[in-house]
Amino acid sequence: MKICVCVKHVPDTAATIKIEGDAGFKDSEIKFVVNPYDEYGIEEAVKLVEKNGGEVVIVTVGKPEADATIRSGLAMGAERGILVTTDGQFLDATLTAKALKAAMEKDGLPDLIFTGKGSVDTEAFQTQYRLAGYLGLPVVNEVSKLTVDSGKAVAELEVGGGDKQVIEMNLPCVIGATKGLNEPRYPKFPDIMKAKKKKIDQMSLADLGIDAATGAVILEKLEPVPERSGAKMIEGSVEDQVTELIRVLKEDEKVL
Amino acid sequence: MARTGILIETENGAVKDTSLGVMTAAKGQEIIALVTDGDPAGLKDKLAEFGAAKIVKLAASGGDITAGPDLLAGALAAAVKEYDLTALLGTASVAGKDLFARLAALMDLPLVSDCVALDVEGKTAKKSHFSGKTFATLKVDAAVLLATVRPNAIEAEPAPAAGETAEFTADVADPGKVVIKEVKKGDADKIDLTEAPIIITGGRAIKAAENYKMLEACAAKIGAAVGASRAAVDAGYAPHSMQVGQTGKTVSPRLYIACGVSGAVQHFAGMKTSKVIVAINEDKDAPIFAKCDYGIVGDIFDVVPVLTEKL
Ligand SMILES: Cc1cc2nc3c(=O)[nH]c(=O)nc-3n(C[C@H](O)[C@H](O)[C@H](O)COP(=O)(O)OP(=O)(O)OC[C@H]3O[C@@H](n4cnc5c(N)ncnc54)[C@H](O)[C@@H]3O)c2cc1C
Repeated sequence: MKICVCVKHVPDTAATIKIEGDAGFKDSEIKFVVNPYDEYGIEEAVKLVEKNGGEVVIVTVGKPEADATIRSGLAMGAERGILVTTDGQFLDATLTAKALKAAMEKDGLPDLIFTGKGSVDTEAFQTQYRLAGYLGLPVVNEVSKLTVDSGKAVAELEVGGGDKQVIEMNLPCVIGATKGLNEPRYPKFPDIMKAKKKKIDQMSLADLGIDAATGAVILEKLEPVPERSGAKMIEGSVEDQVTELIRVLKEDEKVL
Repeated sequence: MARTGILIETENGAVKDTSLGVMTAAKGQEIIALVTDGDPAGLKDKLAEFGAAKIVKLAASGGDITAGPDLLAGALAAAVKEYDLTALLGTASVAGKDLFARLAALMDLPLVSDCVALDVEGKTAKKSHFSGKTFATLKVDAAVLLATVRPNAIEAEPAPAAGETAEFTADVADPGKVVIKEVKKGDADKIDLTEAPIIITGGRAIKAAENYKMLEACAAKIGAAVGASRAAVDAGYAPHSMQVGQTGKTVSPRLYIACGVSGAVQHFAGMKTSKVIVAINEDKDAPIFAKCDYGIVGDIFDVVPVLTEKL
């Protein structure tokens, strides 16, 4: 069984984002990591291959520095990687999906594709659907439980209000992974050393016939989310504090 | 006047407040409210009050439109053409996010998901980037703008319109790729966290699963949902479906009350755009007090019961 895991190279969520110009950010000083949700996809893929045989291929569309992020996935047990290089961090989701499709077609289409449920940088929640659309495959997102057996995948996902759906699809299909699916492993030192020798194929967007300038979504501006300047502290006895809080929320803020 | 479609979500036969906020996001446009379940006549007054020129009950020739997400996406694509829409908006609920992504893939159109502000005419949207640390302003260069709006991010304002009712049956069938085998019902009485107008969250300080009852009692009085921090989820006090934050739910209620939550960036990533944030924490130096609106220094087990009683 061949499984592709789409992995994005994103700033660590603990990193401070310093905005540069109108719509850029200073990426040289911050740490980049595997998009946290993609780790659930890598773990699930590696576990399936450990059980059934086959190979796990990490596919990334990103800057050349994303090589290090692919290595993290290889250290978790993936066999090899494919890096489609771009100039910047932001690429229209339609182009990312086209690049992922083209890279997979070139390498040979897999039996199963994992992505994360979304990426923590652009929070756009759509690449997996577009990839599935371009490949004509079924897709489900936010999967927290999965069984793959005799050509079928059965996925469980939360659909709001605590309700869960159980969905069946034929393979190949696209699965957007989220927390709950598994506990991603921490690679051990020998795995990290071994990952350094694994193969990563590199190609550019242009090599796949994709023009980065054709995106239809333009990032015009990036600005910090305004921070609150600190709480107004409500003092007094518990009775007094609560009475004042309710008054403020009702009369001043009108939220109660 | 350009025509904007709004996908209406309902609950127990009534329009959800979150959908009314989405209608307000399109104010100034000719609004076509698209209804997929329930009786449009019963929804008419509310939808007309908040700006619907037309209320269309959407159906599909291929079967029950609510039976599968790909069929509904197909029917919406047909409605975009039928009514010559220049924008189609929905709620960034769990179902809404999934559906709009399917629709965007099907129509090969750009999609801006989870917007906090929207200029429909200018096809420009503002949304969170980098786990709530920045806002990005995105301009869409396409014939049709597809966008979902973060629940409660835009406050609903009445804007009376005609509210004519109509029906449209799209000539589409389910591609049969995704088959829903079973729906496991959660706790039906619980208000959905992502869409709740008020949220009360218990952090690690809650100390035991049964202590959430204290928060539920308070929540019940004001129509709030109960959330949890990751520390509380990891300790087994609450299920992951209750987690707020970067690896949990993103919420934007008008009031967020954090009880015994320290205020980590990853927690704030999921609730920063709330209108008013209140923190109750026994540590006067807890970081959360530096980034919320109102603070009470105190033990949650002393403060919350008094709050419940006085509400
Ligand atoms: C990649 C990543 C993703 C993450 N995602 C999330 C996420 O989605 N959501 C999330 O919440 N966190 C997330 N975290 C974890 C986050 O960093 C914090 O560890 C977590 O939010 C802390 O939870 P807490 O505030 O409940 O616990 P603590 O930090 O332990 O704070 C407990 C607070 O309660 C107070 N307290 C204790 N007892 C009482 C009492 N009786 N009365 C009043 N106050 C009391 C204490 O003073 C303290 O401030 C993530 C971390 C990482 C690295």
